[in-house]
Amino acid sequence: MADSNPVPTRRRFINWFLGTSIGALLASIVYPVSRYVSPPDVPEATTNQVEAGATNDPELIQKGFKIVRFGADPVILVRASDTDFRAFSATCTHLDCIVEYHPDRKRLYCNCHGGEYDLQGKNVAGPPPKPLSVYTVKVSSAAAGQPGTIVIVRA
Amino acid sequence: MKESIGKLGDWLDDRLMLGQLRDVASHKTVPSHRQSVFYYLGGMTLFFFIVQVVTGILLMLYYRPSGEEAFESIEFIMTTVPFGWLIRSIHSWSANLMVYFAFVHLVTVYFMKAYRPPREITWITGCILLFLLMGFGFSGYLLPWNKLAFFATKVGTDIAGSLPVVGEWTMRFLRGGERVTGGTLSRFYGWHVAILPAVTVMLLGIHVVLVQLKGMSVPPAIEEEAKKKAPMPFFPHFAMRDLFGWTLALAVLASLAALFPWELGEKADAFAPAYANIRPEWYFVFMFQALKLVPGGEILGIEYEAIAILLFNLGAVVLILVPFLDRGVRKNGRSPGFTIAGVVALAVIIGMTMWGYMSVVPLLIVLGTGLMLWLVALVTRHSDEGGGK
Repeated sequence: MADSNPVPTRRRFINWFLGTSIGALLASIVYPVSRYVSPPDVPEATTNQVEAGATNDPELIQKGFKIVRFGADPVILVRASDTDFRAFSATCTHLDCIVEYHPDRKRLYCNCHGGEYDLQGKNVAGPPPKPLSVYTVKVSSAAAGQPGTIVIVRA
Repeated sequence: MKESIGKLGDWLDDRLMLGQLRDVASHKTVPSHRQSVFYYLGGMTLFFFIVQVVTGILLMLYYRPSGEEAFESIEFIMTTVPFGWLIRSIHSWSANLMVYFAFVHLVTVYFMKAYRPPREITWITGCILLFLLMGFGFSGYLLPWNKLAFFATKVGTDIAGSLPVVGEWTMRFLRGGERVTGGTLSRFYGWHVAILPAVTVMLLGIHVVLVQLKGMSVPPAIEEEAKKKAPMPFFPHFAMRDLFGWTLALAVLASLAALFPWELGEKADAFAPAYANIRPEWYFVFMFQALKLVPGGEILGIEYEAIAILLFNLGAVVLILVPFLDRGVRKNGRSPGFTIAGVVALAVIIGMTMWGYMSVVPLLIVLGTGLMLWLVALVTRHSDEGGGK
């Protein structure tokens, strides 16, 4: 416009007024809808330790590992030897699959994309970018000669 | 009686302008030349889409979209509902054939350079339709709530999550929370039966109307040949061949569904490891194989895997923009660079798929498709003397 400081005409005022009303109307629809489709944060009870069964659990002895529920997350309990138990997050750091343990190769392995971790949880082969987080394993034995109870604790 | 039917016809004619439609249909023709066989592929994809809509609606009558009931409801469909196994198998087989024919349609349209002006929007809607079909495949894959579905969805949504800036929000949005749960299943069901169909039908409408308005494209290399031959009338000649193809497709579909019913697998378990040789649907295998090859690590705070995923997205954008990037074909109808790039891309996709499966079957399927198209070309050839009518 040629006039650098125009006196607002009635038309201009009305246009501006209606234009912003439509903007506000759209915002009042778009905002609740966009908030609605973003899932809310649901607070979860934090789990700090879980009991993972006995040291002579047949599944653990036969397969060399088992997946344990740690709250809503899967944790893998590995039987590295008769007395050596280790626990890691079972969620592959690559693309979220659940890993398993191959006792013959002493490696944690992810079937989805071939990621491998050693018994320290370190990513040693394949695509995973980070190591698995490590959990602490405690074995409490009731009496000598009796199988102990395994407890997994958040490190 | 005959008179009243005639009156009803007139009444409808006045209101729906059927006469004009009939007029348009009678004037519609399809160019006749040695590559005419490729004109049937879009219609074939459409046929499988219609099958998907019908069988999908039927499956909705018994399917229950929740983590507790989904697997069991499909078990019920497969074992107890009369012909439930057939409906579900047809839905799964037809989905795969639909995606396959959409791919073949895209590849042939690309090499025929049919994307050149004035058909850019037809090309763009076609590309988006293919991506929507893949979205249908991905969302539908989760619905049986089996182990394969569970891990495919974990990986697929985690891939979206690895994108910089928008990744985290996108992943939560897709999953309906932090993790893949029954909540994700409800969301995917909504996408699969409401959002995607609505968008797809709209785009499909635009795509098909544009094909009618602009007519079939003739490849620049054989324009001379096409000018010499009389075009084939759409109705009844082309429509009859289309219909014959659809009947054949229905027979193939029914045989596949009956002889190789689609498996249901084991119910999803959020606390079981992924099983050996787990793989996504065949149309994602080339990307899956590529992701296997990318080592762990990061550069400038971006993980290598995110870079690979961004490159795939870039590939999709380039594909959509082909009509604007290919300047040669606009100038003089020639763009050998784009032909070569297409051959290379196709070879990479087929090669990576073969590697992913450790098998030559993908190549055999491609060669089989070529053979089939050649046979169809022989059978559907249009002769002006009346022999082929």
